[in-house]
Amino acid sequence: MQELTIPINEETIRCLRVGDPVSLSGVMMTGRDTVHKWMVETFIYNTRQPQGDDLDVYEVIKPLLNGGVIYHCGPVVAGLETREHQFVAAGPTTSIREEPYQGDVMRHFNLRGVIGKGGMGPKTLAACQEVPGVYLHAIGGAASLIAQAVVKVVEVYKLEFGVPEAMWVIEVKDFPAVVTMDSHGGSLHAEIESKSRTVLEELLVIE
Amino acid sequence: MVDITEHFLELVRLAATDLPPDVEISLTQALEREKTGSAARGALETILKNVEIARRDSTPICQDTGTPIFYVYYPEGWSTRRLRAQIESAVAKATQRTYLRPNSVDPLSGKNSGDNLGGNYFPTIHFEEVEGDTLTVDLMLKGGGCENVGAQYSLPNTALGAGRDLTGVRKVVLDAVHKAQGKGCAPGILGIAIGGDRGSSYLASKEVLFGKIAEDNSDPQLAELETRLTEEANQLGIGPMGFGGQTTVLGTKITSLNRLPASYFVSVSYMCWAYRRRRMIFKDGEVQYE
Ligand code: SF4
Repeated sequence: MQELTIPINEETIRCLRVGDPVSLSGVMMTGRDTVHKWMVETFIYNTRQPQGDDLDVYEVIKPLLNGGVIYHCGPVVAGLETREHQFVAAGPTTSIREEPYQGDVMRHFNLRGVIGKGGMGPKTLAACQEVPGVYLHAIGGAASLIAQAVVKVVEVYKLEFGVPEAMWVIEVKDFPAVVTMDSHGGSLHAEIESKSRTVLEELLVIE
Repeated sequence: MVDITEHFLELVRLAATDLPPDVEISLTQALEREKTGSAARGALETILKNVEIARRDSTPICQDTGTPIFYVYYPEGWSTRRLRAQIESAVAKATQRTYLRPNSVDPLSGKNSGDNLGGNYFPTIHFEEVEGDTLTVDLMLKGGGCENVGAQYSLPNTALGAGRDLTGVRKVVLDAVHKAQGKGCAPGILGIAIGGDRGSSYLASKEVLFGKIAEDNSDPQLAELETRLTEEANQLGIGPMGFGGQTTVLGTKITSLNRLPASYFVSVSYMCWAYRRRRMIFKDGEVQYE
């Protein structure tokens, strides 16, 4: 088990290989569908004018994401009325939906880690090699267990996106994950996809 | 009519936080089949630890508490209108108590209602009048990740060489499992409906998931196909979370329904390992949960 502290430096990333179990500590941010679309349209492709507090939020997340980690997660949160937020359940959501955006988000913010489930495609894999960064697979559905690794909710931005879609800045300790895409072009997902395809083709010819 | 909102609330809590015993046993057996130190075994260990924590702390097993799908079998004389109001009020309360995540989103405005209510389909409630004096309510929480990898095929399917028979059914189901990879939080359970129209077929593929994993199909042909599909899906080697490994699916449940001469649909509902389904039985003022 390799211990990683956020922010993560380039050297550490280059040492990580597909299949390595890791344990993360430090401050990271959640972000899923709405956040990725918002980031890309407002700040990267500039197809949408910044509105409301967009620019202020951008300025505070920039340093957080530099060398940082984004977590594809839509948590269950307690303490919404009192703003004493606490994560109750916080497993990963399916990452592939962010495939159109993720590579550009990684390059723009110098993001070193993306946590989610199900893996991502070639665009993200290319960004992992360039930035460099890694894709970390958390255990899908292990929501109560992962919530215990969240020691503190530091801040929340864009709560108007809805609780699952907001950007939750969280401090984690010993957050468990497995490297499934590394900075050397390795992808466990591509490997399993192709191996299982071969078996499928064999099974399909049996009547 | 009596107010049983509190009983519905307990049903939701139980479904969201306490995995049914047959699923947990099946996951434990899957763990024993994986090599020590493998990513697959690690994933199953984490899953089982998580199940324990969720039960102990009454917190959601998975943060995606899905679409709450209710099947209400009510005796003559009960008002379905009142039952709906009580279920909806229980669902809103369960959301407040964080047993459920606010999950109901208006597709046009993108707004999350915040309380898991919204229109006639959220939560989904099916009503059926039954004989006798027992009210039985089944609840399933169906998450989005696994719902997204569900699939419907119209047979024949030339690309897969699948004709209108059980051999064809077998082929398209294996294709669906391959396409799903680990994305539906494998190891999953397959709910399969053969026949019907597009709507009824999908519905039946979910209804069949209310059965226990180990329960044998009463139709010997389908029972055989269930066993074979589970074995062959596991040969694909996708494994827990798609990490590679022995167990890709924990089980397969198949049902069939009459079709039109022109149509032959096969619908696959993929249920993730967080196979949350619970039953409540209400009789003579007493409530029981299964
Ligand atoms: S597929 Fe199931 S276990 Fe996975 S995140 Fe969705 S609801 Fe949770």
